[in-house]
Amino acid sequence: MKTNKLEIMVCMGTGGIAAGGTEVLSAFESAIKKLKIPAKLKKGCSVHKVGCRGLCARDVLVDIIIKEKKSTYQYIKPDMVQRIVDEHIVGNQPVADWLATEDYHNFHEKQVKVVLSDCGNINPESIDAYFAVNGYEAAKKVLTLMSRQDVIEEIKRSGLRGRGGAGFPTGVKWEICGGVKNAQKYIICNADEGDPGAFMDRAIIEGNPHSVIEGMIIGAYAIGAGKGYVYIRAEYPLAVERLRKALEDAGKKNLLGKKILKTGFSFDIKVKLGAGAFVCGEETALIVSIEGQRGMPRAKPPFPVHSGLWGKPTVINNVETLANIPHIIRKGPDWFASFGTEKSRGTKVFALTGKVKNTGLIEVPMGISLKEIIYDIGGGMDKGRDFKAVQTGGPSGGCITADLLDINVDYESLAKVGSIVGSGGMVVLDDTDCMVSIARFFLEFTQVESCGKCVPCRIGTKRLLEILDRITAGKGKEGDIELLEELGKDIKASSLCGLGQTAPNPVLSTIKYFRPEYEAHIRDMKCPAAVCKELIEFTILEELCKGCGACVRACPANAIKGEKKKPHTLSSELCVKCGSCFDVCKFGAVKKE
Amino acid sequence: MEITSNVEKTLNRILKDFSAEEGNIISLLQLIQDEFGYIPESTVGWFSGRLDIPESRFYGIATFYARFYQKERGKNIITACCGTACHVKGADRVINAARIELGLAEGENTTDDMDFTLEQVACVGACSIAPVVIINKKVYGRQTSGRLTREIKALKK
Ligand SMILES: Cc1cc2nc3c(=O)[nH]c(=O)nc-3n(C[C@H](O)[C@H](O)[C@H](O)COP(=O)(O)O)c2cc1C
Ligand code: FES
Repeated sequence: MKTNKLEIMVCMGTGGIAAGGTEVLSAFESAIKKLKIPAKLKKGCSVHKVGCRGLCARDVLVDIIIKEKKSTYQYIKPDMVQRIVDEHIVGNQPVADWLATEDYHNFHEKQVKVVLSDCGNINPESIDAYFAVNGYEAAKKVLTLMSRQDVIEEIKRSGLRGRGGAGFPTGVKWEICGGVKNAQKYIICNADEGDPGAFMDRAIIEGNPHSVIEGMIIGAYAIGAGKGYVYIRAEYPLAVERLRKALEDAGKKNLLGKKILKTGFSFDIKVKLGAGAFVCGEETALIVSIEGQRGMPRAKPPFPVHSGLWGKPTVINNVETLANIPHIIRKGPDWFASFGTEKSRGTKVFALTGKVKNTGLIEVPMGISLKEIIYDIGGGMDKGRDFKAVQTGGPSGGCITADLLDINVDYESLAKVGSIVGSGGMVVLDDTDCMVSIARFFLEFTQVESCGKCVPCRIGTKRLLEILDRITAGKGKEGDIELLEELGKDIKASSLCGLGQTAPNPVLSTIKYFRPEYEAHIRDMKCPAAVCKELIEFTILEELCKGCGACVRACPANAIKGEKKKPHTLSSELCVKCGSCFDVCKFGAVKKE
Repeated sequence: MEITSNVEKTLNRILKDFSAEEGNIISLLQLIQDEFGYIPESTVGWFSGRLDIPESRFYGIATFYARFYQKERGKNIITACCGTACHVKGADRVINAARIELGLAEGENTTDDMDFTLEQVACVGACSIAPVVIINKKVYGRQTSGRLTREIKALKK
């Protein structure tokens, strides 16, 4: 469908903008303007923004398509734009030095893009751009040619399971809700994405908001809902802005509102901003939060499909789940089911972060091996360090160790080793990461975010955290590990909602695979990875110190003294153990032990 | 904060929007905060009287959600991410440096001269360029203690 002769696409997701995407885009715009392209050719030219294409670490990324030949530039700054325009666009000679390198292409090679297929290719702020990639065709087909039951059958046949964490079959959820008799039903898009270290949903909304809206229209039709809500985190201002614009544009084209596309179906969507509570991602808490109350979960059943928002039947789906829907309708359930494994169909978007070379957003077929993700797509470990573990599923998940790297990434396989697919966060850790400290980090998060309604979670997470606190401070006792295990199991068994039921997972899973590391903290009062502040000392190695003064400037506590070109000294009394000196020293003269 | 006649005008406008928002207290608090940058005690009293809803209902909600502020905040807002990806890439060190540069003691978030507020959030969704710091709504990736200290110094001038 690309008719444009010249297309310049500048990555402007949150990552792209942080790297200067806005400035790069306007530099291209004014450079192209200066070219004084004749009016009749101008129609074939477009310079526009696109959403995230995954590898934000290389931003600003710029694609230039001339006569259907695409070149990708990486790390582009505004002052590089003129040369690209002169040499590539006018001279037809790409600037070889700045083109994306081979590993950029490797990053994409093993990926299969369904949900993200248009993210990074179309202007997310233009509904026409979405139309040009067959946008809203699926909604049209559903509303004019399919019965509600047809839609549900197709989704069931596709095997799509919820991408928000629990993996419940979407078609089944819709069928149950569709079967409940009630004139008033709701569909809610869960865009709370509270898992720290995950940004799939943000990227989808920033990169292709219309796909989520289209998924909601189809879902609403299938279950018979007249009203929808998107519950979105306030921490994602750009996503909120683009979503609002998309809703407005869809409304103008009568894709939302009364009698959509002149059919008998009416449906509208409202945006609700979260106010910063992780537990509100849990569906029953989310519902009461939309109602304007404290976001505290309640016991299920009744499930939201029977009694949800304001007591009415309600379907809650995750952003990525919904963004899959238009593709399934357009290309057929069998096409969708051809990706993935027997029980986990389709693709999954992951946020690959931490200590790999290529950090970013990836979409892979379910069942791909973890090794392929980390080494082929991720490009291997950063700074040549040793792989230690990968943490999946965030605060509800667990870790996977080096000897399990061949594992297939799907719901069942990860559950078998004590982790979860979760919403899709994947944090890669290396030998400088302390597993006890990582477990403590997650516990600190869940303890703060526990809503306090049920005792096991409110008090249990607090006790777990206290034990982890003392272990990382070198004050652990014999029996602490066993206590963590016992308490963890009890909390899992007795908590009210998913938050408490999964909160001990990071602790239990790190104990399972890294017990010796816990023991080292308790028995030897040593942190093998040299992370836990209270168990380490910083010193300057006289023989290696060149006296360059970098550490003196970096030290926020003025703890390092010394004359230029002479070995420096570090006062352990003043030292706050922030590690800044260790980071800046080019000669390896700062010892951390 | 004193409820002057000007403030009252604003509050009346918010009251009207509140009815449009299905009488939702979260939306009401969001509207108040959009207007004043935090939730002044006096406004809660005002709405409590108007709506005949006990103040405790408002505070119950305001204290539950992390993004409601009950204290006035600084002119410059520095939001440091301490999500997982940022954490493993050294967010602690960056935050520590900012605390020292701003002279903030443990548990303090706003400088005495009201020039800066340092807040921590769990993940702003830019994990691939961790560690991330947002200074007055602009996102900075791959922060280091040195760079952040420099940015703060520049703002101090
Ligand atoms: C503590 C907690 C936090 C959650 N956070 C989210 C979230 O941020 N986004 C999400 O889509 N689902 C989240 N969920 C899962 C939802 O409760 C729900 O299962 C999901 O939104 C259903 O959509 P799906 O079937 O499309 O996955 C969370 C669950 C729990 C227990
Ligand atoms: S963890 Fe910091 S942006 Fe996600």
